[in-house]
Amino acid sequence: MSETNLTAPVRDVEPLGVRLRDVGFWADWAAVVGLVALVIVFFIATPAFLTVGNVEAMLVAAAILVVLAVGQTFVIATAGIDLSIASTMTLGAVMLGWASTRGWSIAVACVLAVLASGVVGLVNGLLVAKGRITDFIVTLGTLSAAAGAALVISDGKPVQVPSTFLLRLASGKVGPFGYSVLVAVAVAIVAHVVLFRTRFGVHLLATGGDKESARAMGVDTDGMKIAVYTISGVLAGLAAIMLVARVGAAEPAANTAFLLNSVAAVVLGGVSLFGGRGTIVGPVVGALLLTALVNGLTILGVSQFYQPLAVGIVVVLAALLTRFQR
Amino acid sequence: MSTQTPDTHLTDSVEPGGPPTDEALLSCEDVSKSFGSVRALADVSIWARRGEVTALVGDNGAGKSTLVRCIAGVHRPDGGRIVFDGTQTNFHSPEDARRAGMETVHQTLALVPELTVWQNLFLNREKVRRFGPVAFLDRKDMQAESRTMLSRLAVNVPSARSRVGRLSGGQRQAVAISRAAGWGSKLVIMDEPTAALGVQETAKVEELIRTLRADGMAVLLISHNFDQVMRLSNHVWVMRAGRLVGGRRTADTSGDELVAMITGTLTA
Repeated sequence: MSETNLTAPVRDVEPLGVRLRDVGFWADWAAVVGLVALVIVFFIATPAFLTVGNVEAMLVAAAILVVLAVGQTFVIATAGIDLSIASTMTLGAVMLGWASTRGWSIAVACVLAVLASGVVGLVNGLLVAKGRITDFIVTLGTLSAAAGAALVISDGKPVQVPSTFLLRLASGKVGPFGYSVLVAVAVAIVAHVVLFRTRFGVHLLATGGDKESARAMGVDTDGMKIAVYTISGVLAGLAAIMLVARVGAAEPAANTAFLLNSVAAVVLGGVSLFGGRGTIVGPVVGALLLTALVNGLTILGVSQFYQPLAVGIVVVLAALLTRFQR
Repeated sequence: MSTQTPDTHLTDSVEPGGPPTDEALLSCEDVSKSFGSVRALADVSIWARRGEVTALVGDNGAGKSTLVRCIAGVHRPDGGRIVFDGTQTNFHSPEDARRAGMETVHQTLALVPELTVWQNLFLNREKVRRFGPVAFLDRKDMQAESRTMLSRLAVNVPSARSRVGRLSGGQRQAVAISRAAGWGSKLVIMDEPTAALGVQETAKVEELIRTLRADGMAVLLISHNFDQVMRLSNHVWVMRAGRLVGGRRTADTSGDELVAMITGTLTA
């Protein structure tokens, strides 16, 4: 059994020089490379981009998207997609407003928001896993249903939510970091640990990588599907609290930009849409990139109408690059 | 291959295809299974010994896979009994069979290409360290143990940390076999282990199977490759149309006889 073909010239870690010439390396790090390039370009164009104030504002603006992108990552890592994530957040926000107009305490209102969103996620998961309906169709349905429920509950009107707790969440800081930024960082860290340091994480990636193999080894793939959609829903509920805090009101708005950007951040972050592969850092950086892009364009005085166009181009380019992933 | 092995006088007292001997690790007695009105298995009795490769041959639809699925806990037989390691089995799932010491190397290998070698070896058997309510993966330990598992069978993969998707077909097969051979398993069931492999890789996998046998494990091999069956196995069971045609010590039979049994021109 000397030099049989079982020996392959694949090494664990290649030297940096080799890796830099490999297009797969750039595909894996697309979000980081894109973010750095973007920051440099915007900084050259307008030094106002890198002031402490603007960076702080950008981080706060990115916080909600980071939380949603983490939820989306869990779903996409199992080869699913949660199209309902933004309207689930809207439903959560409306529930928060509804509870607050009834004079319930803000704590109860927040729990209700997370609970309502979590239930939407659980329903998604049950329909996908037990109902054997494609992820895309299920969440397309709940996208509409949750948005509709939000309109019905709110009667289509925004509600002011006066709360010192939410005000502090929106404007409080520790050093240069707003509370909402810290919440997003905490979510990302916990998500990273869950995905890469627990059995749950391995089973989740196995489910996304090859569902039949995972099932053959006794992994509860249905349970994994239900879990990731529930996680996505709960995080949408958390994002709802952050959104109401930021806006100061609970609005039944569609928030479609959040849906597109959450998927975009995940794609930018190098997570495979076919499941089984992904990081948390990638989508977080992807979310920062998208926020920096919009922020930079705004500072440069580019019309708002160009922003979705720019986001679209960046996402498609990133998706093209992921074809070269190793 | 036609030379007599010293093995034969050991089995002098045993009718070929006759009752199981004391050494039988696994014995199926009159196992039947129907799917609706289709009788997939009818009173099939076979046995397999420790330290032997037992081959199961037959045409497509002969019931080999159904029998193996009944043994491995995927299906529950309608009739008959299966005795494994001295106790009658009552498996409700492949997990039960696995816990009892019975591993299956599926034709699809059941590996997740996106995961690393060590993650695949430990899939659903991960080692964890508990810190109060939470349990974290013990990655160092699993990686080290993976290297031991692979080196025990002299499996040559670049690293326990490489992704399975980057391995060759033979390397993947070797990883799947290592996984099945680990965990203190007593019986390894292999469904067409070399169907998708080239000549060299097939030779390497056959070497692995011989290593398992030398380690005292029982190997139940489903194969369409007669040369391979003649090369590897100690005993052959032939099935046709859901029934057992007969059993032979490999040393006492020939490829021609097996073909005749499979096609039905020769019975018992």
